[in-house]
Amino acid sequence: MKETILSVKDLSISFQTLDGKVSAVQGVTFDLKKGETLAIVGESGSGKSVSVKAINRVLPKSSTRYEHGEIIYQGRNLLELPETEMEKVRGKKIAMIFQDPMTSLNPTMTVGRQIAESIIKHQRLSKEEALREAVNLINLVGIRNPEESSKNYPHQFSGGMRQRVMIALSLACKPDILIADEPTTALDVTIQAQILDLIDELRQKLNMSVIFITHDLGVVAHVADRVAVMYAGRIVEIGTAEEIFYHPQHPYTWGLICSMPSLDTRDDTLYNIPGAPPNLLQMPRGDAFAPRNAFALAIDFEEKPPLFKVSVSHYAATWLLHPAAPKVAPPEEILRRHEVFRSFYQSGEEVSVYGGSSGAAG
Amino acid sequence: MGVAAAQPDREVLLEVRSLQKVYNPGKKGEVRAIDDISFQIYKGETLGLVGESGSGKSTTGRALIKLEDITAGTVLYKGQDISRVTGRKAVLEFRKSMQMIFQDPFASLNPRIPVKNILGDALRLHHICETDEEVNRRVNELLDTVGINRSYANRYPTEFSGGQCQRIGIARALCVKPDFIIADECLSALDVSIQAQIVNLLIKLRKETEMTFLFIAHDLAMVKYISDRIVVMKDGKILEMASSDELYRCPLHPYTVSLLSASPVTDLRREKQRKRVDYDASLHKYPSGVSTGMFEVAPDHWIYCSEQEVDRYRQAAAARKKAN
Repeated sequence: MKETILSVKDLSISFQTLDGKVSAVQGVTFDLKKGETLAIVGESGSGKSVSVKAINRVLPKSSTRYEHGEIIYQGRNLLELPETEMEKVRGKKIAMIFQDPMTSLNPTMTVGRQIAESIIKHQRLSKEEALREAVNLINLVGIRNPEESSKNYPHQFSGGMRQRVMIALSLACKPDILIADEPTTALDVTIQAQILDLIDELRQKLNMSVIFITHDLGVVAHVADRVAVMYAGRIVEIGTAEEIFYHPQHPYTWGLICSMPSLDTRDDTLYNIPGAPPNLLQMPRGDAFAPRNAFALAIDFEEKPPLFKVSVSHYAATWLLHPAAPKVAPPEEILRRHEVFRSFYQSGEEVSVYGGSSGAAG
Repeated sequence: MGVAAAQPDREVLLEVRSLQKVYNPGKKGEVRAIDDISFQIYKGETLGLVGESGSGKSTTGRALIKLEDITAGTVLYKGQDISRVTGRKAVLEFRKSMQMIFQDPFASLNPRIPVKNILGDALRLHHICETDEEVNRRVNELLDTVGINRSYANRYPTEFSGGQCQRIGIARALCVKPDFIIADECLSALDVSIQAQIVNLLIKLRKETEMTFLFIAHDLAMVKYISDRIVVMKDGKILEMASSDELYRCPLHPYTVSLLSASPVTDLRREKQRKRVDYDASLHKYPSGVSTGMFEVAPDHWIYCSEQEVDRYRQAAAARKKAN
């Protein structure tokens, strides 16, 4: 088992808005292992960005309330660190890249100087050394003519190249953890593929851990070792990529998988999840997904389901996994995937399916 | 030089001939956004238009509906040259037949007007409904069609989610009962679970009304799913054009191959095995004097290439056919 580098435990975050309290994250728990890529998927408003921004404490101070929970990194709770200590972690140990590289870069400064500035801030290097290091980093992320490029301004780069600059900037201090918040959403597919491969290559080279936030399951399939699916502020399913793609248990995960057509989808209508995500100001009682859930049980409208254990690495928050739950038939595509799971991934290990004992794994 | 010809047995709704759109012509910073493209859209079909940003796909859509002026070439809609459609009355009449759904559902609706007026104003402008009663009835019908609760008619766009706003955008396009709808990246601002809902709505509309669609997008799986035929654009040119099955089973142009290979799939095993093919654009920088154009390399499968390359593509197409 790989060592855990970061633990988020029962994290709950709310925002004070003019309309009232918004519970953006409710009891999120996950571990990040050394050298792995954890993907967090979910729709807008699911709390995926808020959860990871909390790790670096970059949420607006005035309106954010950390209700409870802790984020443990190197034996310390990041939420309790004084700001001066946090500055030694943020950007240095835990770096972030964002969706829109243009708004994350300073338009009035050459990219070389921006990268050097970050190096000078966190490492004791002279300006010349820092600039040389910046050129090395620009070279590392695959920008041609690094020397020349370092003297260019952000607007002189294309979207994909800017994202490479952002990655170079985030790597300036050789972080342990890279948080990538929808880094390829604004890019074309061909450029997206290059950036995904670059992040993965650097992860291996620098032995980083990556938290990858996206709404695109195709991207998840490309990068993830493990996947957490979020809905309305909670993790509804978490497991290895194999478990989430081929042995999903939560109806929301089923819906996500089925609603994206593959290149050989031929059905007349696409499977879709009816309705829209809940208003976080007025959360329904019980399971937030219940009103959209074709497989909802009566109890879903009364009580939030806990995370049931499917295997040592796989948990899902759905009452369907309760021993007393009735058996339901998932969509055909999901059954096909479960078949794939049985034939390729299940290596003699007993895994409970549909109403089996929730603790049978391992 | 080759130009894609129409299939003789099908009714052409819209024909594009050697269309060009050049920004800043003759000046520094000249951009050939659309560089001599020709294609047809048949009545009742859905044509998918894919390409990366800057490929000219949106400009093409906007040129067809007269939101952009054309630099050269002709667009024939129902046999009529659209550049001859001038003057307020004629343009109104034209837009009655052709409508557009935009990418950003929030930016394309006026935030200060309630939904019933967004739809009602369109109905009045085009003299489809005259009395308030008629307008109300039609607005309710439209809201039913796109799946918005009638009681929301008095609400403003900001009170709706992105998916709902896109439904209202679709309802607005449907006001005039158009024959042809251009959907420009109408899914890309929406969440995954909502995208499927909107796609199903479009498919339902197509079945019920026999409308013709131009579906502009960059999501290849979605374009494949919804389209009958697909046009691949890059740098203002059409590089490949074929039925969607043919294009995915047998992509011939190296750019299409690279585009398909870069598109992530939601199947883990296939995604991990997927090999990305990079496209070397310098292969297709034809020196001046080389005659290039669209050539039919298999039945109704067109490729942009030089005359020298045609045979190679034809052989590749034949070999693929055999292999399948």
